[in-house]
Amino acid sequence: MDVEVRSTSGSGGGTLPVPIYRRRSNAYYRFTQQNLPACKPVLTPGLVITIFLLTGVIFIPIGLMALRASQSVVEIVYRYDTDCIHESFRSNKVAYIKDRSISKNCTQFLKVQKHMKAPIYIYYQLDNYYQNHRRYVKSRSDRQLLHGLKYNDISSCQPEESNNGLPIVPCGLIAWSLFNDTYTFSRETAELKVNRKNIAWKSDREHKFGKDVYPFNFQNGTLVGGGKLNPNVPLSEQEDLIVWMRTAALPSFRKLYGRIEVDLEAGELLSVKFVNNYNTYSFGGKKKLVLSTSGWLGGKNDFLGVAYIAVGCCCIFISLLFMLLHVRNSRIFFGKYH
Amino acid sequence: MRRYVYIDDSDQQDLYCDNRISNRKYTILNFLPKNLWEQFSRFMNQYFLLIACLQLWSLITPVNPASTWGPLIFIFAVSATKEAWDDYNRYLSDKQANEKEVWVVKQGTKKQIQAQDIHVGNIVWLRENDEVPCDLVLIGTSEPQGICFIETAALDGETDLKTRVIPSACMGIASELLHKIKGVIECSNPDKDIRRFDANLRLFPPFIDNDLCPLTINNTLLQSCYLRNTEWACGVAVYTGNETKLGMSRGIPEPKLTAVDAMIDKLIGAIFLFQIVVVIVLGIAGNVWKDTEARKQWYVMYPTEGPWYELLVIPLRFELLCSIMIPISIKVSLDLVKSLYAKFIDWDEEMYDEETTTPSHATNTAISEDLGQVEYILTDKTGTLTENRMIFRRCCINGIFYGNESGDALKDKELLNAVGSNNPDVIRFLTVMALCNTVVPLKSKSGVISYKAQSQDEDALVHAAARLHMVLVNKNGNILEINFNGLVILYEILDTLEFTSDRKRMSVVVKDCQNEKLILLSKGADEAILPCAVSGKQVRTFVEAVEQYAQLGLRTLCLAWRELREDEYKEWSLMFKDANSTFVDREWKLAEVCQRLEHDLEILGITAIEDHLQDGVPETIETLRKAGINFWMLTGDKQNTAIQIALSCNFISPEPKGQLLLINGKSEDEVCRSIERVLLTMKITTSEPKDVAFVVDGWALEIALKHHRHAFTELAILSRTAICCRVTPSQKAQLVELLKTCDYKTLAIGDGGNDVRMIQQADIGVGISGREGLQAARAADYSIGKFKFLKRLILVHGRYSYNRTAFLSQYSFYKSLLICFIQIFFSFISGVSGTSLFNSVSLMAYNVFYTSIPVVVSVLDKDLSERTVMEHPQILFYCQAGRLLNPSTFAGWFGRSLFHALVVFVVSIHAYADEKSEMDELSMVALSGCIWLQAFVMTMETNSFTILQHLAIWGNLAFFYIINCIVSTIPSAGMYTIMFRLCKQPSYWITMIYLMELLCISAHCDCRDGPGASA
Repeated sequence: MDVEVRSTSGSGGGTLPVPIYRRRSNAYYRFTQQNLPACKPVLTPGLVITIFLLTGVIFIPIGLMALRASQSVVEIVYRYDTDCIHESFRSNKVAYIKDRSISKNCTQFLKVQKHMKAPIYIYYQLDNYYQNHRRYVKSRSDRQLLHGLKYNDISSCQPEESNNGLPIVPCGLIAWSLFNDTYTFSRETAELKVNRKNIAWKSDREHKFGKDVYPFNFQNGTLVGGGKLNPNVPLSEQEDLIVWMRTAALPSFRKLYGRIEVDLEAGELLSVKFVNNYNTYSFGGKKKLVLSTSGWLGGKNDFLGVAYIAVGCCCIFISLLFMLLHVRNSRIFFGKYH
Repeated sequence: MRRYVYIDDSDQQDLYCDNRISNRKYTILNFLPKNLWEQFSRFMNQYFLLIACLQLWSLITPVNPASTWGPLIFIFAVSATKEAWDDYNRYLSDKQANEKEVWVVKQGTKKQIQAQDIHVGNIVWLRENDEVPCDLVLIGTSEPQGICFIETAALDGETDLKTRVIPSACMGIASELLHKIKGVIECSNPDKDIRRFDANLRLFPPFIDNDLCPLTINNTLLQSCYLRNTEWACGVAVYTGNETKLGMSRGIPEPKLTAVDAMIDKLIGAIFLFQIVVVIVLGIAGNVWKDTEARKQWYVMYPTEGPWYELLVIPLRFELLCSIMIPISIKVSLDLVKSLYAKFIDWDEEMYDEETTTPSHATNTAISEDLGQVEYILTDKTGTLTENRMIFRRCCINGIFYGNESGDALKDKELLNAVGSNNPDVIRFLTVMALCNTVVPLKSKSGVISYKAQSQDEDALVHAAARLHMVLVNKNGNILEINFNGLVILYEILDTLEFTSDRKRMSVVVKDCQNEKLILLSKGADEAILPCAVSGKQVRTFVEAVEQYAQLGLRTLCLAWRELREDEYKEWSLMFKDANSTFVDREWKLAEVCQRLEHDLEILGITAIEDHLQDGVPETIETLRKAGINFWMLTGDKQNTAIQIALSCNFISPEPKGQLLLINGKSEDEVCRSIERVLLTMKITTSEPKDVAFVVDGWALEIALKHHRHAFTELAILSRTAICCRVTPSQKAQLVELLKTCDYKTLAIGDGGNDVRMIQQADIGVGISGREGLQAARAADYSIGKFKFLKRLILVHGRYSYNRTAFLSQYSFYKSLLICFIQIFFSFISGVSGTSLFNSVSLMAYNVFYTSIPVVVSVLDKDLSERTVMEHPQILFYCQAGRLLNPSTFAGWFGRSLFHALVVFVVSIHAYADEKSEMDELSMVALSGCIWLQAFVMTMETNSFTILQHLAIWGNLAFFYIINCIVSTIPSAGMYTIMFRLCKQPSYWITMIYLMELLCISAHCDCRDGPGASA
């Protein structure tokens, strides 16, 4: 191609091409010359020491605040999956849970150690439960949840997409394995009201689960997974399902069950009536009930606070170390000069 | 195979293609399949296509297939668009050439047709300043002597005018009769040699000429030349379309692969292997976990009996999950930044030659990194180190030295007196100077004579002769007009025995029109002329003169003549004609025939021509030598001249500091002994701080390369400097080859046609667009105006390019590995089932947008200022040794990505939400952690921030949030409202800040102790 270009410019009587870039703007020109104004941050020892010292000084208070926030959260965790089994069935838990004829009710008492301020969140926690397993996480149809039977392509829901030739609404393994333990709380003698509304995300209720989609053909198969749904309540109001279908990222996870909207006093004894329906025994999962208040950082989590304090301390230590090295080195340097 | 061209015969014209020029690679119809086919012949693309196809299988795909198809299609579209655009431009220029109107004689009448409709055999008429549309055999011109002038700049880059003559058979045919001319031209099949055309012409009655008339390249007008200083010319089309000499020589040169590219390919291979290992390990682990654990988990509902491919499902899922380990965009980003490097070279004003107004140009845009890794520079002397502006300084005529006192023979009174007193020796000497050449004198309207010469030496000689009152006034066909002291003398040139680099001499046979005497005039290198001299006559003085001049670094030429007898010439002339019309080995046969005439010459004298060093040459060589680059000088000049030039340009140091070792000898044994001796000395002196260089001449080199290759290679490795004199173009190329086999990065720099082979052979070819035409610059990867720009080209452009590519490529691996490691870690807590933590959109955008924009802008980074590098060229060692891109630096980046992935993963799992974490949220936290990390790493790795870098790094961060916020408003998207949720939570921001700080500390410690510290 060069040949062609040359020949055309050659015929022009050898007019010398004025470099185009000279005519252009200054910034562009400097770009072409790789000469744009640039700042070169130089990490002097002083600057490094200052930065580290400063981060240390900022981080430790933040860490302390985070730790305080986490510490101020009062949490009661109670593992009930072993306690709620009759002594006679302890050796064969799976048989117990699968036997529908046995009553699964059980009552336990929880002692409130510290004053708990409303709202108190009730979670159920499952350990060793892989909601993030690929087979599981993919087995759902968001469109069906929104449009119901109008949406036909539910192949993604395999292996729980249809039963007896009819599609299942909501389809898929996630919905099929819906958690179905229930808890009722009572305080001394009076029953403690648990608010089970608004436990799911508002956006899910409004935009992800259809208002006129009703459960259909659900849990009608030979193999019943988890809980059943009231076929007369639209999906957008089946908040337990909505919460359950927000799959957890970790194999041990908490999901919101409800809220207690009164304060609990320290030393109070709560009686909890469990209906222990859900089978975690076959794979060695744990079930826990969690009552927790909430702080500005969320729930009880010391990690951030501790981590911040650790990093802050580290920074201060490093800065001191550098300072020491710097002073010593410059003294050596100084000595050399004289 | 021969081609018979019947002049203006419409029956025959369809035998060969028409004159449609087509440089297009594609047509509209075949563009898509052909382009796709080409793209898929690359391994990387095949790999990604396989991955993309596997992703269509919904059972195993961890993410939406769009996450691979998207980038793949994007990248394909980018390269296809580039190809299409280039092809379209080619099409346009073809069209312009094809539709040009030309005058053609068809069936005896003159018609105007489009250039593309010219057929072989048509007679094409050209006017002054017309471009030649196809290869023609000249049959008529406006000039009565049957000559015309053409400019061949587009073909070979030589800007002087060349004379073309019509074949003797067509001489004297009137222009009206030319319409009716019939005949046949027998010529060889199309080839690309623009210096050769072996053919014969026979005219049919009524233009009876029984003789076969031999045709040479001098009878042709080649495509793309321009007709100058001639009113009109016409010729017969012999080669048309893509079969012309120009069309045949257009070819796609073999792409050069840089060391950096090779290393990147190796690293990709290593990653690929690593990926396979990961896939196998995780695949087995996944299957084991599935059988031991997952079958117990009723909610996963594994069927007891799976299909036959069940065992493959999990490994394949991991294969897809890990496919992002190899960055899909790396080739595109590399291509992009490489063309930017090339542009920077083109734009650089400090490499703009004011004198000749030539900017530097990077023809090959793909090998800038190699410039920073050069270890050997092989340089031509004349025109490269020197200016190639020849000035006649001294001469020795018949044993008398002129110009020794004043240093300028033209001002030497004695010589002027000798000219004034008509000293016959001096006159003969001047006659040879004025006549024995191929210079074309051009008289301007004001009467000033200017000369167009192909060789600068000839130019200098003719000018000097003119200053000494022997003025070449006019060249009228074969008649040369000389004005000596106001006396007009006419000579008729009978034959020209052309210069070739093998013969090293040229001669002309002229007839003195006054006394009808035949004279042979010769000039050439001393070793080519002196052996042909009349025996025993004064040769000693001339040898001494040559020695003396060479000591001064002057170029010498030996002038000689001989009077020919009529019968001797006649006999020889027949042989010459015979040789001229042969097809096989014409050049060799001609040389043999010439040999028969060039004997018993009477040596007239020696001319000494000075060639100035270009400015800045010594400094450039010194700086580059400090940078650890070894210099070899390859020249066709004599040993002494070469050594003198080498001394004056810091190539070698004078005696006590430096030492020159000569390798010489005429026989195998002598050369062998010589090499051994030199090798021994070299080995002894390696401990001393001494500059040792060896000098070898062409003859010894030939033997050394043939029989003692091993010893010579050893020598080449030991010696930092070498001077090879009297070498031929092919030897130059062989030396480059030799150094390349020792795994050295070589750069060859030259300016003339004789350097082309070496330039093409070397890893990097640099051409100086100088006085010897543009041939070298055309063949080269880079062309510069002056030798001194080489310093900047290597130290600034080469070094920056290397550093930038090293960073860019490793960073690309790093960011891909980072996200892949996070996926792998996540698979450990998701039952080794191959779940993807990130959603498809994020994965796609991560590779294509979030991480590639800042990194491309990082090519503006300068680790050290240009001045620092120029002042401390030793810094280049880092690049030469490949310290910034090698397996160990890559291991550093690999470890870094592993560490960063671990930190991001652990922190986002624990710090952010712990057990309450929801998939979409966690994926977003981890992804934003990665993005923050990218900004952080980029900031740490950038040495100088220009506005563009700030914009790219911080703008990219902002862009990430904007894009994700936008996606978060779409209800049907998987991550509906996620981003808003995160941004509202203080714990998210605290997590991000924590991540940054943690990495800041680790990066700092890394910089202090780790290998990441750069110079």
